[in-house]
Amino acid sequence: MHAQTVVARLSPVPTSLVFVALAIVCALFADLQISASDPWADLGRFGWGLLTPDFLHSQNLLSAVLYTVAFGVLGTVVGAVAGFGLALIFRFRIVRLGAAFIRAIHELFWALIFLQVFGLTPLTGMLAIAVPYAGIFAKVYSEILEESDAAPVRALGKDARPISVFLYARLPDAWATMKSYTYYRFECGLRSSAVLGFVGLPTLGFFLESAFSQGYYSQAAAYLILLYLLIATLRVWLPAKLTVPAALLCAFALPSGTGASWESVQRFFSHDIVPAPLRDGIDLGSLAQFGDWLWMLSVNQVWPGLVNTVLITQIALVTTGITTLILFPLISRKFFGWLGVGSGHVLLVILRSTPEYILAYILLQIWGPSMLPAVVALTLHNGAIIGFLIGRTAERLPVREDAPRGLNLYGYEILPRVYGQYLAFLFYRWEIIMRETAVLGILGVHTLGFFVDSAIAEIRIDRALFLLLVTAALNMAIDATSRRLRARMQLKHRPDC
Amino acid sequence: MDFRLKDRTLGYAGKAVLENLSLHIETGQKVSLLGRSGAGKSTLLKALYAQSQNRAALIPQDTALVQTLSVFHNVYMARLHIHPTWYTLRNLIWPARAEIQAMTPLLQRLGLEHKLRTAVGELSGGQRQRVAVGRALYQDREVLLGDEPVSAVDERQARDVLALICERHDTLILAMHDVELALAFSDRIIGLADGRIVLDEAAANLRSADLKFLYQGEHAASQSEAADAQASPPDPIALESY
Repeated sequence: MHAQTVVARLSPVPTSLVFVALAIVCALFADLQISASDPWADLGRFGWGLLTPDFLHSQNLLSAVLYTVAFGVLGTVVGAVAGFGLALIFRFRIVRLGAAFIRAIHELFWALIFLQVFGLTPLTGMLAIAVPYAGIFAKVYSEILEESDAAPVRALGKDARPISVFLYARLPDAWATMKSYTYYRFECGLRSSAVLGFVGLPTLGFFLESAFSQGYYSQAAAYLILLYLLIATLRVWLPAKLTVPAALLCAFALPSGTGASWESVQRFFSHDIVPAPLRDGIDLGSLAQFGDWLWMLSVNQVWPGLVNTVLITQIALVTTGITTLILFPLISRKFFGWLGVGSGHVLLVILRSTPEYILAYILLQIWGPSMLPAVVALTLHNGAIIGFLIGRTAERLPVREDAPRGLNLYGYEILPRVYGQYLAFLFYRWEIIMRETAVLGILGVHTLGFFVDSAIAEIRIDRALFLLLVTAALNMAIDATSRRLRARMQLKHRPDC
Repeated sequence: MDFRLKDRTLGYAGKAVLENLSLHIETGQKVSLLGRSGAGKSTLLKALYAQSQNRAALIPQDTALVQTLSVFHNVYMARLHIHPTWYTLRNLIWPARAEIQAMTPLLQRLGLEHKLRTAVGELSGGQRQRVAVGRALYQDREVLLGDEPVSAVDERQARDVLALICERHDTLILAMHDVELALAFSDRIIGLADGRIVLDEAAANLRSADLKFLYQGEHAASQSEAADAQASPPDPIALESY
């Protein structure tokens, strides 16, 4: 008999307070100022642009929409198919680690890598979405399969073939959930696809950035509003049944040239990604140089990038949490009338449909460079997502006849019941917030992505790759920490009634 | 206060449970509602509560406690309407000593004084039910409405709890699961069956054998109810956060 280690349960509220304290410490070291000389005037001009979107003079509207849809749909479908395959063999540690690794790297980073290999081609756009999505699908599918009812499997004989057992007894129970999750991911795929424009692919983000940077706010607004419309009407133009045929159509419609010669692929793997000091062979001298290379890279880029990424992540995690607590009652009839809940829904839909990357870009242009735009963008986007989910739960909670109203209802009845679920979602998104924080560096905030982007601009792919490995490691560490914390707090996604 | 229903049809979700019901309950009466499950006791209680206009306290059947909050907080909820919001929110974060002291005698009577700071989710079913009773009593309303308030408490404690309820309230309307307890602690018995009142008598005139007819066919009824309560399919909501 071996002793069973009993781990004490962590209390949710004190744990939350520790995170708040950490965020306050981080805020002391973070650069959170508005440096633009007249930020509100710019904000006003952009606001005016939003009210007067210019669809007529915006160029390439149709092609931007088509490319956004094509990359988004194709990338999501390929990612889902690959992720399903990975989910079937998810019990192998190497598969779990591999999936964690590919989803730890943001789709924009994947785009930067594939741009080096395949150039500015549709293949780059498709793979940039499909690869990280495959990692996410693998994880979520395997979780769904795990949670599916195991009783039918036990009822079958031990001599039944594994594939038949899976198809008859496991998959049917999980299928509906998997389908609805996959369909939801198309919305994310469209957002990701739009953002790919920021590294040069011809999607909505590309034209939004160029219009915005020239001060054509009404045109920029047109691209943004088109993105909202695309996402809002997804269920109309892409019914769940048509997703796979649509993906096939996209695959055939896109120009097929890879733009990559075999040599360029070969060069990428045998030369570009090899640390510069080691390219001419490995001997004592080059190893010593490699040591220096590693040291300089760590001190000058990895360390500052890591510190800034963690600072912003921890601040944004807590501000997201606070914002969620304010936002979720907005969509519940328990707190507001029809009109209030209606406008609450509109606000949350707009906030969560705006990719944090685009939001951060706009705020950076308006407020000037600091960590503030990144924190605010992450907070608004993620707060709206979790706020929507918690608000929906709160709305469904049965409340006794004699329950209090207003703030008392919030504090005594609703919040204590949804708090576990709220923390579970927040910790779930911790890793996502970090991944986004890293990638916001491309916009100029000095997180890890900033150094990755600079290295690629200097065609120092070896450095970029090393920085990306560090980024992935940080992300996997946060993922693991979050999982342990959720287990220690026994957080479930369901509300405590 | 008096309760009056005249030719009312009561139900939920568009389904009539009690039809053409007329009923008058006077101040000072201790009434027990009896009948098998599904007979309409809860429906009647809800209608009476709706009529009470904040002059009655309610013990709901499913206790409706907040599992993650302590016993103190769950009972303290009874008085949220008395205090300003800033003060109740302060007590949510840090209970005031005065509030704890004010509540202690009641918790002692309910045998919960040592559980003051325990989260309700960690209590047994009987303890939870006593917390729900505590929350209703602590409201100090004129009338107490209770939906099977002692169904999960053991026999001896059930008598203590009912004695406490009778001590605190002159006017009581309780749906009861136990005929003996109903006869012992009330002075008027109302029996419900087939969507109407089939019995309305002073408790003193009744013995438990007289009430058996109310429960005929109980077994079959509870079986079909269990089938209705089958779990709904899992909610994919959690996944959308990813």
